[in-house]
Amino acid sequence: MERIHLLNKLWEYQHQFGYISKKAISEISILLNVSAIEIESVISFYHFFQKNPTGKHTIYLSNNIISELKGFAEVKTAFEKETGCTFNELGNEEFSLFETSCIGLNDQSPAALINFQPFADLTPKKVSLIIQKIRNGENVINFASKVKSKIHFIPTNNKAVIFKPYEIGTSIKEGLKYTPQQIIDKISKSKLLGCGGAFFEVGYKWQSCKNNEADAKYIICNADEGEPGTFKDRALLQHLPGLVIEGMILAGYATGAREGIFYLRAEYQFLLKELEQQIKQFHDKNLLGKNIQEIEGFNFEIRIQLGGGSYVCGAASALIESLEGRRGEPPVRTWSATKYGFKNKPTVVNNVETLAYASRIIELGEDFFLTIGTPKSPGTKLISISGDVAKPGIYEIEYGTTIGDLLSIEMSQATSPYLVQVSGPSGECLNTTEFNRKICKEDILCGGSFMVFNRNRDILQILRNFMEFFKEESCGVCTPCRAGNFILTEKVKKIQRGLCTQEDLDEIQQWGNIIKLSSRCGLGKASPNALIMATEKFKDYFNVKIAPNNGNQNVEFDMENAIYEFDSLIKDTQL
Amino acid sequence: MENITFKLDGRICTAEKGLNLIEAAKQNGIFIPTLCHFKHLNPLGSCRVCTVNLNGRSVAGCTIQVQEGMDIEVNTIELLDTRKAILEMMFVEGNHFCPSCEKSGDCQMQNLGYETGIRFTRFPHLFVDRLVDARPERIVINQNRCIKCKRCIEEVKTADGYNVFSFTERGNSTKVSIDYKQEAKLSEIEAERAMQICPTGSILVKGKTFSKPFGDRQFDLGPEGKLFSLDKIKKHRTKNKKKRIATTSLAGCFGCHMSMLDIDLGLLDLLEVVEFNKSPLTDLKNFTEHCDIGLIEGGCCNTNNIEVLREFRKHCDILVSVGECAIWGGLPAIRNTFPLEECLREAYLESMTSEEGATIIPNHEDIPKILNKVYSNHEVVKIDYHIPGCPPNANHIWNVVKHILFEEEYSIAYPEFKYD
Ligand SMILES: Cc1cc2nc3c(=O)[nH]c(=O)nc-3n(C[C@H](O)[C@H](O)[C@H](O)COP(=O)(O)O)c2cc1C
Ligand code: SF4
Ligand code: SF4
Ligand code: SF4
Ligand code: FES
Repeated sequence: MERIHLLNKLWEYQHQFGYISKKAISEISILLNVSAIEIESVISFYHFFQKNPTGKHTIYLSNNIISELKGFAEVKTAFEKETGCTFNELGNEEFSLFETSCIGLNDQSPAALINFQPFADLTPKKVSLIIQKIRNGENVINFASKVKSKIHFIPTNNKAVIFKPYEIGTSIKEGLKYTPQQIIDKISKSKLLGCGGAFFEVGYKWQSCKNNEADAKYIICNADEGEPGTFKDRALLQHLPGLVIEGMILAGYATGAREGIFYLRAEYQFLLKELEQQIKQFHDKNLLGKNIQEIEGFNFEIRIQLGGGSYVCGAASALIESLEGRRGEPPVRTWSATKYGFKNKPTVVNNVETLAYASRIIELGEDFFLTIGTPKSPGTKLISISGDVAKPGIYEIEYGTTIGDLLSIEMSQATSPYLVQVSGPSGECLNTTEFNRKICKEDILCGGSFMVFNRNRDILQILRNFMEFFKEESCGVCTPCRAGNFILTEKVKKIQRGLCTQEDLDEIQQWGNIIKLSSRCGLGKASPNALIMATEKFKDYFNVKIAPNNGNQNVEFDMENAIYEFDSLIKDTQL
Repeated sequence: MENITFKLDGRICTAEKGLNLIEAAKQNGIFIPTLCHFKHLNPLGSCRVCTVNLNGRSVAGCTIQVQEGMDIEVNTIELLDTRKAILEMMFVEGNHFCPSCEKSGDCQMQNLGYETGIRFTRFPHLFVDRLVDARPERIVINQNRCIKCKRCIEEVKTADGYNVFSFTERGNSTKVSIDYKQEAKLSEIEAERAMQICPTGSILVKGKTFSKPFGDRQFDLGPEGKLFSLDKIKKHRTKNKKKRIATTSLAGCFGCHMSMLDIDLGLLDLLEVVEFNKSPLTDLKNFTEHCDIGLIEGGCCNTNNIEVLREFRKHCDILVSVGECAIWGGLPAIRNTFPLEECLREAYLESMTSEEGATIIPNHEDIPKILNKVYSNHEVVKIDYHIPGCPPNANHIWNVVKHILFEEEYSIAYPEFKYD
């Protein structure tokens, strides 16, 4: 067995037995001819691989912030009550309960995955019904939620790019009229920016992969959508999977790659069947496989690789590590992936949405694309809106649309918005004075996550949720991110306990900047963003938290908390 | 071999093209601290204490191969502070009780603590309960001290090519785990090499520790002439002819007080110019006058410690935490990774010598209550200065005191600056 198939092997065991036993580990290690600890090391890195037996039904409840604000606690209690299990413990024969980071269903939260089938808009009552059905022997596949997201907005005046009629093969057939170089020139001219969060120019990436000669090249579609609050990639894969596949094929044609890999996050495995059917359809229509559309020698195959549950694997370099069957630690980078990527061959990693745009640009022409949006960021962008809005869901907006427009009655219908978190916890938080800012390269970019919080929400609760996310998802390889995010989480908790001084807020800035400066990859470099910005932009909120300086040189000390344990223990143990 | 020129802190330097920056900087007389970097290994880039600026962007120095025209900053104020902060993170993330550590004096992390002059950590200690695994054949692995540098993972293999160590878990739970089957294949020499490769005291070989006496350890003496300046320390002016000092021992062992007496006859000179107020040395139980300096040994483990400490803050102009216990809890804080209940039950109810049902946890209004954990003094009151050591060297203590009280400048010699 090749190492690159390790994750699939682990999924086989996980699905069949509910966990990966010591015996299985030993078997796999013999197959791969490595020490057992190396296999264990991979298993324990990914959230969804279990080392201990789990019940027949594993329930992963998303603990992201929107869920937390919309009834997470009640739903969690309901699950515990109905199943008789406790979260994050082993569970019983029938059930095991776990919390998990955002599962990409923020427009329908609280949501959970039961045996990896989605269950959305949960309430305690709904939970009770679900568990009852399971106990009655019904298969969860048959009553899982239909979670296709609503598309609430499409630009008018014929400015829509993504959400318009689609017919399988149109872009490919159009694209094959051009030479590979012409395709790249068209994409370059369109100034298409990557939609996965880094906004790198797509044409440049494709060109550099094309220029690097090699006997094999790869196109990877990054469907790891892990940034809390984004679900536009899932929506695209549900609404227009063909468009994404065509983008991969065109990228292959343009760069000379012959294999494409979908890296699908484990949370989205309920989409697997449909995606596989799509791929089959492409084969049937001679849009995939050998000599595509009778072009001699143009072969392209696509396979799907399931992730294992890890946010950092969305980062292109970590994703490649994961594809190669290792822990998703972003490697020390000396070369870009377009030179030495997957299996050390030139590789293009593009986001789901990016590839969909690439198809549309070929289909509709780059000149059309350039008439939309702003000079530096032409076209449109998919935004996933959730939180305190009347209409959570997907919005295709023209670049240049303001935050205020997105919140308005015509669009998401936000109710007294107070804090808007753009691009997820790694992104930027905005206060009410910034609602006139425009989503575009000239002003503020948005990777896809757009979470709205109203006046009644507690900023510290939001920040704590974000910090716990990074603490949990840090790959653990470098000190500032691994230890620093833990330290910052403790700081937020301290302020939540009412022990806040101006010094604490200053330290958040200083420590946050140290983490940003010295972390190895994008996760650590972005992790303190929200915290740093919130303390700057919501001074009114934080000033109230600061304890008055009592003039002496005592530090805020919570004596009550310090002796609480002793007092209660004494009460319990007196003879 | 082609030589290239590049800039280090604005100075033009030359080195062989493609040479690792750490080496290239060394050849040009600039020291960049490192921990995970290891001679012939591929750059691991995990510890980040070598962070520098390359053409304006921060990068791990050990991952840079020097090229023509590179502009590298090493010792800017921001970078010096960042590197120090990263080391401090390592100290608070693990549980580094240097005085009880087998590697103390030979530990590269501890040495970097000295080199960068860490007196106390700006971050609160995390006190996570971490595993000590003595199940392997030869090796004991102590997670309390591991800094996840990855050296052992990359470097230690069995003769037939299998990895012995590997990371397991992720995030802050990431730890180095050991493959028992592979470890058993290691020879005594290979195991000892693993111990040497580890820059901290987290890989030990059974029966092979504590081999060197104090004074002979690798980092006991340090670079000749290296001095620590007493920066960021307030000078204190007073009209009193005799300066007044108060001292106390909170949750400490009186070792620091013993050390204070350790200047022998120097003490008599000192008594000419200072007088002791409340202190175990004078047996004065209460403050009779306002003092210039308060020297605090020990941290806070009970309610009385808190009261005494606050009293000191009220009566002293400058407060100095003396010794590891005062600075961050020290040895008493070993209990901080366990819940208080577990500690007290073990001590009073379930110990080998306690009869079931016959003993209780001591509790009376006259005895102080035990706090949920041991607190460092600067978590309770403002502390003006920290003197590390367990106990601190006597010269270190008195040089600080003299520096504060008299106009002269003092510095601390490398061998006097220690954590154990
Ligand atoms: C911590 C981290 C997480 C990321 N997660 C994702 C992700 O879930 N999906 C994605 O497409 N890109 C993600 N990225 C960005 C990728 O590294 C990469 O830039 C992107 O996939 C490139 O595709 P694009 O140019 O089409 O956007 C992430 C980056 C980092 C640093
Ligand atoms: S920044 Fe965080 S996620 Fe990135 S390498 Fe470091 S520990 Fe891993
Ligand atoms: S000697 Fe080194 S490993 Fe040991 S406790 Fe001190 S710093 Fe940690
Ligand atoms: S055990 Fe030692 S060598 Fe291995 S990662 Fe930890 S500190 Fe580094
Ligand atoms: S020495 Fe460079 S990252 Fe550790």
